[in-house]
Amino acid sequence: MTDTALKPHLSRPHLIELLRQMVRIRRFEEKCVELYQAEKIRGFLHVYDGEEAVAVGIVQALEADDAIVATYREHGQAIARGVPMTALMAEMYGKQEGCSRGRGGSMHIFDAKARFYGGNAIVGGGIPLAVGLALADKMQKRPRVTCCFFGDGAVAEGAFHESLNLAELWKLPVLFVCENNRYSMGTALALTESETDLHLKAQSYRVPSEVVDGMDVVAVEAAARRAVGAVRAGGGPQFLECRTYRFRAHSMFDPELYRPKAEVEEWKKRGPIARFSDWLKQTGILHEADFAAIETDAEREVAAAVAFAEAGTWEPVKDLTKFVYAEPSP
Amino acid sequence: MSAEGPAPATMRTTYREAVRQAIREALLADERVFLMGEDIGRYGGCYAVSKGLLAEFGPERIRDTPLSEGAYVGAGIGAALGGMRPIVEVMTVNFSLLALDQIVNNAATLLHMSGGQFNVPVVIRMATGAGRQVAAQHSHSLEGWYAHIPGIKIVAPATIEDARGMLATALRDPNPVLIFEHVMLYNMEGDLAATAGAVDIEKAVIRRPGRDVSLLTYGGTLFKTLEAADALAKEGIQAEVVDLRSLRPLDEATIVGSVSRTRRAVIVDEGWKTGGLSAEIMARIMEHAFWELDAPVARVCSAEIPMPYPRHLEQAALPQPAAIVAAARGTLGR
Repeated sequence: MTDTALKPHLSRPHLIELLRQMVRIRRFEEKCVELYQAEKIRGFLHVYDGEEAVAVGIVQALEADDAIVATYREHGQAIARGVPMTALMAEMYGKQEGCSRGRGGSMHIFDAKARFYGGNAIVGGGIPLAVGLALADKMQKRPRVTCCFFGDGAVAEGAFHESLNLAELWKLPVLFVCENNRYSMGTALALTESETDLHLKAQSYRVPSEVVDGMDVVAVEAAARRAVGAVRAGGGPQFLECRTYRFRAHSMFDPELYRPKAEVEEWKKRGPIARFSDWLKQTGILHEADFAAIETDAEREVAAAVAFAEAGTWEPVKDLTKFVYAEPSP
Repeated sequence: MSAEGPAPATMRTTYREAVRQAIREALLADERVFLMGEDIGRYGGCYAVSKGLLAEFGPERIRDTPLSEGAYVGAGIGAALGGMRPIVEVMTVNFSLLALDQIVNNAATLLHMSGGQFNVPVVIRMATGAGRQVAAQHSHSLEGWYAHIPGIKIVAPATIEDARGMLATALRDPNPVLIFEHVMLYNMEGDLAATAGAVDIEKAVIRRPGRDVSLLTYGGTLFKTLEAADALAKEGIQAEVVDLRSLRPLDEATIVGSVSRTRRAVIVDEGWKTGGLSAEIMARIMEHAFWELDAPVARVCSAEIPMPYPRHLEQAALPQPAAIVAAARGTLGR
């Protein structure tokens, strides 16, 4: 699993941090599913179980003033990025203490402080935004990177192709991260793409690309550091195809008729948390007590987030028409 | 406005030149402003609006884009989020449909979805309308569609003064503003005050006062409507011509005020009737001035067909002064 070149990043505290972040996401998502069933969360809910290594690995390579543009399956990115879990859970509830004041819900997480630009629920629709954010940075000569997450489904959208072309043409500082979980909703990649080796599409636009084992958080982090380094050095965009798998249904309305249960079980054995934990155990880096502490902390944090959301308040209906137009600054 | 002072200097110019000067001024005034779109640089803009700007401002600020409406309009929205003040030019409203997702699902919604955190100060300019015999994929007036969408502002400069002055105000607005320039106006000549500058982008303006009937219009049909008002005057009918200027928000007070005075209204819109802006204006009049009316509200719109190519059919499909005159007479029972 490891590569000697990556050793500088593999300090014990950092490894604990990687595991801790993945566990925080997993426990948060499990709670969201539970709360959906309890009808505390409504609308569409897309959870990230199985894909945690991608968000956690990528975010390690970003600086505080880099930007993230994500999709409707973005709780993991938000948590890894440091959006407070309390505000995130309040957003799930639609409470005004939510990170988007409850106006967005699960699919529309925004946080100006974290430079987290959604939560975009039109497949591929966030990609041009990321290109524009990067253009603004380049024109204002800020050494920032915009990291744009999207799924394998987005690769079929025109916005993807137009955006990659534009980003490379103008050498914009974008890290494109394709979370290839093999299904665009319920349709397998091979049924929608003539070329299923997605990173090749990036290469056709001359965007340097790499395939990464998206179930291996260390591999993702290493690739992200390489790619972000290249972007920040001014070489234009980079593309990572992280091959991963979604353990749960696409959304809460999905009976999963399109994939065999055995396939899901097979991937779960290679799950990012299980695999990383096994390795940490085998190498003796972490002990039972460490794992227990991480679990306890995550559960406590999730419980606190739920309590915060429960105690949150509904935005008064008199404010219904707020946030449609911004007021001119005085 | 002093009676003694010298008359303000004016210059002869065109609508096209007024738009160009507005862009130039914006580029000079604020380094965050840049222009991007298809063929705006080396080609000079498909309606020659941006001719010369590349030489003056360079390729960083005058950006030729690929034919990727979705990506470059979206990138304009993203750049606005990132602190820039982009002017995005889309050749025509017909092509803007390729960017509809970005405008409707992103520009119009981000402030709201983010609970007020992210506003989108982008300006998107595009040509609209018919009259150049470019048939059914280059001639339609779809600004009424955009006016349906909360979260964006829609303006239609009809005069040289507005062509010169609306852009600066739109760029100062913290919201996405779409500017619709009618293709038949670019060559229009007129006098513009040397001091002309920013104008408001919210108020309708009475271009010709009258007491007998209100003719409500905007953009490319303003001058046909004024022509109709001249013809009506010869018959002793004093028509009031209201230039809406802003299509979203609509200046309801001016519309209702005018109709309440004249008690009759004709709406002139180059869009289609069905589900269109003219229908919306009629509805507002019903809601707010029904009891003031002396006659049913009438409208003159484009024929409900895709725009045909031959000149005689294109002209027959469009609102014309004669039809406006007839509709106005109709409201007076003549």
